[in-house]
Amino acid sequence: MTANYTPAEMMTVTAARALSNNMTCFVGIGLPSEAANVARMTHAPDITLIYESGTIQTKPEILPLSIGDGELCESALTTVSVPEMFRYWLQGGHIDVGFLGTAQIDKYANLNTTVIAAKDDSSVKEGKTSYANPKVRLPGGGGAPEISTNAKEVFITVKHSTRTFVEQVDFVTTVGFGRDGKVRDQHPQIGRGPTVVITDLCILKPDPDSKELVVVSLHPGVTKEQVIAATGWPIKFLESVTTTPTPNAQELDVLRTLKEKTARAHSAQGAV
Amino acid sequence: MAIFNSLQQAISESVKDGDTLALEGFTHLISFAAGHEIIRQKKRDLTLIRMTPDLIYDQLVGAGCAKKLIFSWGGNPGVGSLHRVRDAFQNNYPNALESVEHSHAAMANAYEAGAAGLPMAVFRGYIGSELTDVNDAISSVTCPFTGEKLACVPAIKPDVGIIHAQKADRQGNVLIEGIVGVQKEVVLSSKISIVTVEEIVDDLNTGPNSCVLPGWTVDQIAVAPKGAHPSYAHGYYQRDNQYYLDWDAISRDRERFNQWLEDEILQTGAN
Repeated sequence: MTANYTPAEMMTVTAARALSNNMTCFVGIGLPSEAANVARMTHAPDITLIYESGTIQTKPEILPLSIGDGELCESALTTVSVPEMFRYWLQGGHIDVGFLGTAQIDKYANLNTTVIAAKDDSSVKEGKTSYANPKVRLPGGGGAPEISTNAKEVFITVKHSTRTFVEQVDFVTTVGFGRDGKVRDQHPQIGRGPTVVITDLCILKPDPDSKELVVVSLHPGVTKEQVIAATGWPIKFLESVTTTPTPNAQELDVLRTLKEKTARAHSAQGAV
Repeated sequence: MAIFNSLQQAISESVKDGDTLALEGFTHLISFAAGHEIIRQKKRDLTLIRMTPDLIYDQLVGAGCAKKLIFSWGGNPGVGSLHRVRDAFQNNYPNALESVEHSHAAMANAYEAGAAGLPMAVFRGYIGSELTDVNDAISSVTCPFTGEKLACVPAIKPDVGIIHAQKADRQGNVLIEGIVGVQKEVVLSSKISIVTVEEIVDDLNTGPNSCVLPGWTVDQIAVAPKGAHPSYAHGYYQRDNQYYLDWDAISRDRERFNQWLEDEILQTGAN
């Protein structure tokens, strides 16, 4: 037990713990990649990590900056083309978990990485998108729209704030359960969708019936009020809400070493 | 059969104003040298296709070469936004830019369909995504055998496809190693293909399953050492992360960008 950790470290370690040793995980860049590699370097040494650049069973020593860094290829069992990755490996049903980050998430776990609407954009309230004239243009979908439907389940990790946790996303780039929570009911051939969301405050899971995200565990020291204040809709808590276990010394050590090594390697490469 | 050419000649003989171009490289082997030569030759009204329009398309758009962008993820990987692309979308600077936005799965399938000579790609995709509301090029078909509704998008068939690769031999056979992305599909789906390489060698030293494009599938080969810089070439050089970081400040400001364009591209010669 150690109390000396940051909320960001709590989030990463908790997200890492969601993964198990026998999983095949399609990894998004950023927080998911950090968590997936901490899992591989701690309790899940045999986990298969796959990145959309085609690298299968990769074991990077440092975290990639981009989805196709050389480190991913050099440490992979094999590297396939991008069409093969999306067709055979993802669509073909070989991925247990798609691990995603996002810019916005709503109560049905729909993800937006396309556009943030201007404040006065009334089209959002009508369930339409404000695609043409956004306040902020985000990078777009990348692999996420199909990872979310073709992986057997989806884990999401993202920092908790009212900017991120909104009642309705401005644009559904990647479906969670749809604007009405029912989209997956009409598509029996796709995956279960998001099963857990890990933030720096808590763990959320979709309600089995309504699919609305509900807080199931609070990180140590975090109050319900804090989560309510950081969520853009009236967030519900499981009656038997638990306290998330703290990171252990090994997990923190692995995470910190990984981040240090990554920072050193990337600044050295930049100087070339 | 592949013709060995200078990069300057390869671009001037193959790329016309108004063409549809694909410069690929999935974070690896990005055709920067070829892109810079297109800027230098002031090609205009291009439709630019690329899964991940990162710095190279930010530079082409900022230089006024593009009228339309077809893409699935647009950003400066690990850094932030593409400011020149944003300025074109939001302020029509230096000119208006149309966009067609897909997911990676759609574009990868569309390239493969282009290489396979099909008119469209069929895949299980876009379920619940509002990209279908903003892109007319996304449609669906019903499987005649199972009744499943599947997404479809038109095949990608560029006028000119450009990739960078590690090496070619003297017969013009090209070897691609590492993250191969959609390199093979781009060459096979394009009417004209240009491959820039780090070097020409006597023997590619390939294994039986190496990713090789036979010389007769490639139209033009140009030697461009460090032609993928600031991206990387597996076995040759690493990604220049500092360049990506520095690009953020250069691209944010029109004047700084235009100065960069003048100093680093227009006043320099092709390899």
